Amino acid sequence: MGLTSCLFDKPDALGSRQLMQTLRLQIYAYLLLLPAFIFLVGFTHYPALATLFDSLMSTPRGSRPAVFVGLDNYQGMIEDPIFWKSLVNNFWFALATIPISIALSITMALWVNDKMTGRQFLRMSYFLPTVLPMIAVANIWIFFYTPGYGLINQVLQAFGFAGQNWLGDPTLVLGSVTVVAIWKEAGFFMIFYLAALQGLSPSYKEAAALEGASSWYFFRRVQWPLLMPTTIFVLVNALINAFRMVDHIIVMTKGGPDNASSLLLFYLYEVGFKFWDQGYASALTAVLLALLAFVGLLQFFVLDRRTHYR
Amino acid sequence: MRAPDAHAGWLSTLGAWLLALLWILPLLYACWAAFHPSEYATKLVLTAPLTLNNFSLAWDAAPFARYFFNTSLLVTTILFMQLLLCTLAAYAFARYEFCGKNLLFSLVLIQLMIMPEILIVRNYQTLTKLGLVDTLFGIGLPYFASAFAIFLLRQTFRTIPKELVEAAEMEGASSLQVLRHVYIPLAKPTYLAFALVSVSYHWNNFLWPLVVSNSVGSRPLTVGLQVFSSTDQGIDWSIITAATLLTSGPLLIGFLIFQRQFVQSFMRAGIK
Repeated sequence: MGLTSCLFDKPDALGSRQLMQTLRLQIYAYLLLLPAFIFLVGFTHYPALATLFDSLMSTPRGSRPAVFVGLDNYQGMIEDPIFWKSLVNNFWFALATIPISIALSITMALWVNDKMTGRQFLRMSYFLPTVLPMIAVANIWIFFYTPGYGLINQVLQAFGFAGQNWLGDPTLVLGSVTVVAIWKEAGFFMIFYLAALQGLSPSYKEAAALEGASSWYFFRRVQWPLLMPTTIFVLVNALINAFRMVDHIIVMTKGGPDNASSLLLFYLYEVGFKFWDQGYASALTAVLLALLAFVGLLQFFVLDRRTHYR
Repeated sequence: MRAPDAHAGWLSTLGAWLLALLWILPLLYACWAAFHPSEYATKLVLTAPLTLNNFSLAWDAAPFARYFFNTSLLVTTILFMQLLLCTLAAYAFARYEFCGKNLLFSLVLIQLMIMPEILIVRNYQTLTKLGLVDTLFGIGLPYFASAFAIFLLRQTFRTIPKELVEAAEMEGASSLQVLRHVYIPLAKPTYLAFALVSVSYHWNNFLWPLVVSNSVGSRPLTVGLQVFSSTDQGIDWSIITAATLLTSGPLLIGFLIFQRQFVQSFMRAGIK
């Protein structure tokens, strides 16, 4: 829709006074939007585009300004084993956190929504990690994972198993930080399911009770399909979070040992603010942006299509 | 009642409670270690004496008072700016017709997908140009316009009955007066919901403040805690957990008191 068609969309309103009036209202609306848009454009749209441009430039060092280097940064990325390691780690991290935290959050919501003994306490406990700073709780988790006298190993040893070096063993570390992420996220997602469950008509449940349906059957055939829009909303959020959660990596492992727990955003942070390699960091940002754009397109074209029965 | 259902009910109650205990275990442990002398930090002895010593040691070991001040100022500034800017934008989207409205709204929604922390490298350069690196204002700047707030407020504003607006206009109220006396009072629950979500998000935010701040004067609590527990301390768990509880304290106490409002606010924010 062009500017003219949008100004003249009411064919009988072509009088110059009315045109002035429409124009005035439009300018007024733009003025209302302006302050917010200065910040939105300045810190989201402009940097996203500028990053793409920066990723084609070298890193300015000292008196040498940035010069155009084409796809050199991307070439370096393809040859960088740490990049691939972080990408693969991020893939596994997402693949584990998303389904497990969604399954847990549905279970929690169903439990809290039932008239279960102490549901106030249950709801409070599940939700608690959401309000705690990740960096603070990561400190406590470090203690749980400490070799020797850490809580998990103390429990394992009490039952006669060997303790593990949870954060020091390259084969275990990614799993260990994934557990922390799930713990942090599940209670947050529970809230959305809880809201959706409370919006469902109680007559479904009554009907199911009359028919003698088991609670599993009722969940699978009635609640799960009705919760689909919530699941898609949560899924998209969980996907974004999988690329965004790095606080616990910075505190607990610093990506180690041997980059075994490095995630993309963590590596981007290292390259950008430890090695100060701006060109390469921009290329890494571009990859993250591409992944998020993919999530956006997925939501728009695939997932939203499936929930149009709302 | 059929027997299998009763059985499942008993089992799931047990499961629910076990999971809940597992979920608050980190907090329970933190309380244990923080309130007992450090020799009991790693073993559970019920007769261990209680102490507040760890808190005073932690409090003295780092400028936590300053960090508290910084975080409070940061969180309030961000919230104030968000409410101001996003109310105006949401009002425009909810009430007026203008060219490119859908396009502009899509541009707003992009921020839900690409959050400022993804763009730390470029945004850091912007702050450098503005001379705002290592300032609290610089930490807050990228969050002043929140797509989430605009979206949430627009949804609420759209449900406000036309008759109320027309009645106010009949009495000669200007556009901003209508906003102040009709729209904003009716959206109070949404404002509360967003405020709680925003405050707990920015109280806990870490990566961007870590990048921007490098002195005591601009460091929020989360970054201060990280500096404290990674360099100043060895592995004295009692003091680290005490510092951990200190940092999350206000939010935690607020949450325990206003638990209902918290959960309902997050629920309200989640329903589109």
